[in-house]
Amino acid sequence: MSATKQYELVYIAAPEATEQQLAELHELVAGITAKFNGTIDRTEAWGRRRLAYTIGRHKEGIYVLEVISGGGDLVKELDRRLKVSDLVIRHLIVRVDEDLQIAARAKAQRQATSARRRVARGLPPEPTPEERMRASAALADDRDEAEAY
Amino acid sequence: MAGDMHRSKSSTPAKPGERGQRRPAGSGGGGFRRRRVCKFRSEKIDYIDYKDVRLLMQFVPERGKIQPRRLSGTSAKYQRKLQLALKRARELALIPYATD
Repeated sequence: MSATKQYELVYIAAPEATEQQLAELHELVAGITAKFNGTIDRTEAWGRRRLAYTIGRHKEGIYVLEVISGGGDLVKELDRRLKVSDLVIRHLIVRVDEDLQIAARAKAQRQATSARRRVARGLPPEPTPEERMRASAALADDRDEAEAY
Repeated sequence: MAGDMHRSKSSTPAKPGERGQRRPAGSGGGGFRRRRVCKFRSEKIDYIDYKDVRLLMQFVPERGKIQPRRLSGTSAKYQRKLQLALKRARELALIPYATD
């Protein structure tokens, strides 16, 4: 069996889809995922959104995000089924676990470095809430200046 | 001295490289806002999410093209990630390919 990876699937259903059809779509995804021993970690319905450009004859779409863990064969099947579906006007499957891991590592590293430096300066390792406020205020100032140009 | 006058009048590129200086930085000649800090470094954004339309739209000027990093100041590392995120967002019709 292939190793478990995490993917994000976003599909856009046609705006005329009914509640029931949307539920069926979700069932379809859930069914395929279960068949390939995957799991759905999270589902987010963004609802109706204006498309940035027309797809086919549609100007709007109903967006749904599913975060799925599973193998490559699962993705292949999902991709195939969604392509066939008439109700889904667009979909995208992206692997996210590696990039999120890299981001988490970078964050941890930065925090460790900052804690080490703070301790070396005789401060508590974590910034106090007050300091945090000041830091975000400075960022906001920066932004104002940039916009003034 | 004489070179200056010469350069402004004749169209022939007499001695290339002799006065090859560019517009001095900070003169604001182009009239375009210049911001030489990487947003993702300064705000500590490690993962550029293709779903975050509000963030991405800051790097898409009117026309719909991806803003070059010479204008936005984004570092090379994050421009690469930004580029990928923008292209994914385009595929999902979250941001336009081009607007006219």
